[in-house]
Amino acid sequence: MFIRNSLVFIVSLISFSVAAKEISPNLGKVASIQLIQQWNRDVFPDGEGLPIGRGTAIIGKAIYQQHCIACHGVEGMGSSAEELAGAEHALTDTPPDKTIGNYWPYASTLFDFINRAMHINNPGSLSADEVYAVTAYLLYLNGIIEKTSVINQKTLVAIKMPNAKGMVNIYKKEAQ
Amino acid sequence: MIKQNDKISITGGLLDRRVFLKKGLVFSVATLSSDPLHATRDDARLPWMKTPGATFSNYGQPSTYEQDVIRWTMANSMAGGNGVSWTPLHKMEGTITPNGLHFERHHNGVPQIEPERHQLLIHGAVEKPLIFDMVALLRYPMTSCFTFIECGGNSNAAWRDEPIQVAAGYFHGMASCSEWTGIPLSILLNEAKIKEPAKWVIAEGADAAMMSISIPLDKMLDDCILAVYQNGERIRPENGYPLRLIVPGWEGVLNVKWLRRLHLTNRPSMTRNETAKYTELLPSGKARQFTFVMEAKSLITSPSVGQKLENPGLYQISGLAWSGRGRITKVEVSADAGRTWAEAELQQPVLSKCFTRFRIPWQWDGKGTVLKSRAVDETGYIQPERSALIAARGKYGYFHYNAIVSWGISNQGEISHVYTE
Repeated sequence: MFIRNSLVFIVSLISFSVAAKEISPNLGKVASIQLIQQWNRDVFPDGEGLPIGRGTAIIGKAIYQQHCIACHGVEGMGSSAEELAGAEHALTDTPPDKTIGNYWPYASTLFDFINRAMHINNPGSLSADEVYAVTAYLLYLNGIIEKTSVINQKTLVAIKMPNAKGMVNIYKKEAQ
Repeated sequence: MIKQNDKISITGGLLDRRVFLKKGLVFSVATLSSDPLHATRDDARLPWMKTPGATFSNYGQPSTYEQDVIRWTMANSMAGGNGVSWTPLHKMEGTITPNGLHFERHHNGVPQIEPERHQLLIHGAVEKPLIFDMVALLRYPMTSCFTFIECGGNSNAAWRDEPIQVAAGYFHGMASCSEWTGIPLSILLNEAKIKEPAKWVIAEGADAAMMSISIPLDKMLDDCILAVYQNGERIRPENGYPLRLIVPGWEGVLNVKWLRRLHLTNRPSMTRNETAKYTELLPSGKARQFTFVMEAKSLITSPSVGQKLENPGLYQISGLAWSGRGRITKVEVSADAGRTWAEAELQQPVLSKCFTRFRIPWQWDGKGTVLKSRAVDETGYIQPERSALIAARGKYGYFHYNAIVSWGISNQGEISHVYTE
């Protein structure tokens, strides 16, 4: 048996998917729903993963000025970090500008990224309401929503970004 | 010395790739300068031969005379943990990158993870969501994979209108190659029992950026591993300690460091790193997305930009080639700006999705010229000229630059980065 498994293991260098089932020691512990909910922060364009909360650009501006402006500059025009808003050139210009407003295809990406990675000195410290508010402010700076628009689980998903149809899925294309 | 009957294979001074091996050719530059007739016995015994050497060390370090063989680092001035470092490919030989020189891309610094507190969660479209600690993972069967990791943004300075004059590694060195040892991911995914409609896996790291990205499940089951060891030792913190996802041949960003979570889903989550970044804007205004595979690429690492040929004579051209689609089958070198090409010797073994070292002897005649290398992989893909890449993609895609690299040689032997078309 040992020899047989050893052989399987060598073969597995080339194709281990079949061999794998035979040699797993099965040491994984079943994860509870609570633990998964605690860990899982993934947010999808259809709204899956968005928490309860709300915010506006007015509130978001105050948070941005406290936590984000040092790297991202006044009104998202860029500083040590890249520009987030204020595109002066189209994607077809040479050179183009790539901002949230003219390049990012989904508004949900903003919430997902700010929620997991920002602000950079203390990621995870913003409440859901604060993340919604900063998201709203960045959408407002990019001319996508009004200053007073409320961004929440439902309104965020309803936003159609200007570049929503701008991406060509090369992986899918190659698979065909 | 080159004899008259040594065949110079083609113009530009390139010799048959096996000439070094066959004939034991010697370089024309004399390197031994001491004259044994006039040296005393004492002179022949250098200082380190007269006193006992250093004692043992628990972990060896490079010679103090090699302190310029270092990564080049660049970070956000306001956030020092957000940046990159490049592997000094121009100072290296062979195919394996020492662990301390492996390139880095961090989004918010290197976490100092306590292994006993690190866990991996697998959840989503599985029958049994599972959590593993490192003690459990270390009991799983492991396999090794010699593979390169290359950042999707490697070589991006070559999109610029003027050729950048920095050392080859600090330009193309967001690519490194290691023996990664770990658990085939299929073992853990099968243990959790994949269920419909799983098609994608969102992988997340345990760094301060909680870096996340979506990866097709097919690839995960094909050849991905959960690496624990890099070149025989536990992975360094800056390369993902204690657990790194290895996605052979695909963009570096997918090789998630400090891996803590795998979420099986029916669709990608459209994270920042698969939408705003790692997508390539085309002249049409559309952008290529999910361009995972790193296409075939090569460059001459010696001689290369910033180095100098001291005098005419015989040199060995040495470089690296790799392809995310499989094995390198051929590397051709030109010493006349691409007019003629000669096949270089490939160092064995040539492994799939791995750095491949190529070498060819070259007799430099002291005149100005241009050196180039061109890789071909097992799919028949040929590394394109820069002009062809730009014709296909424009200049503003930023990612996935893999065109032929040209080094201009002046008649003084100075080497610069040039564009030839």
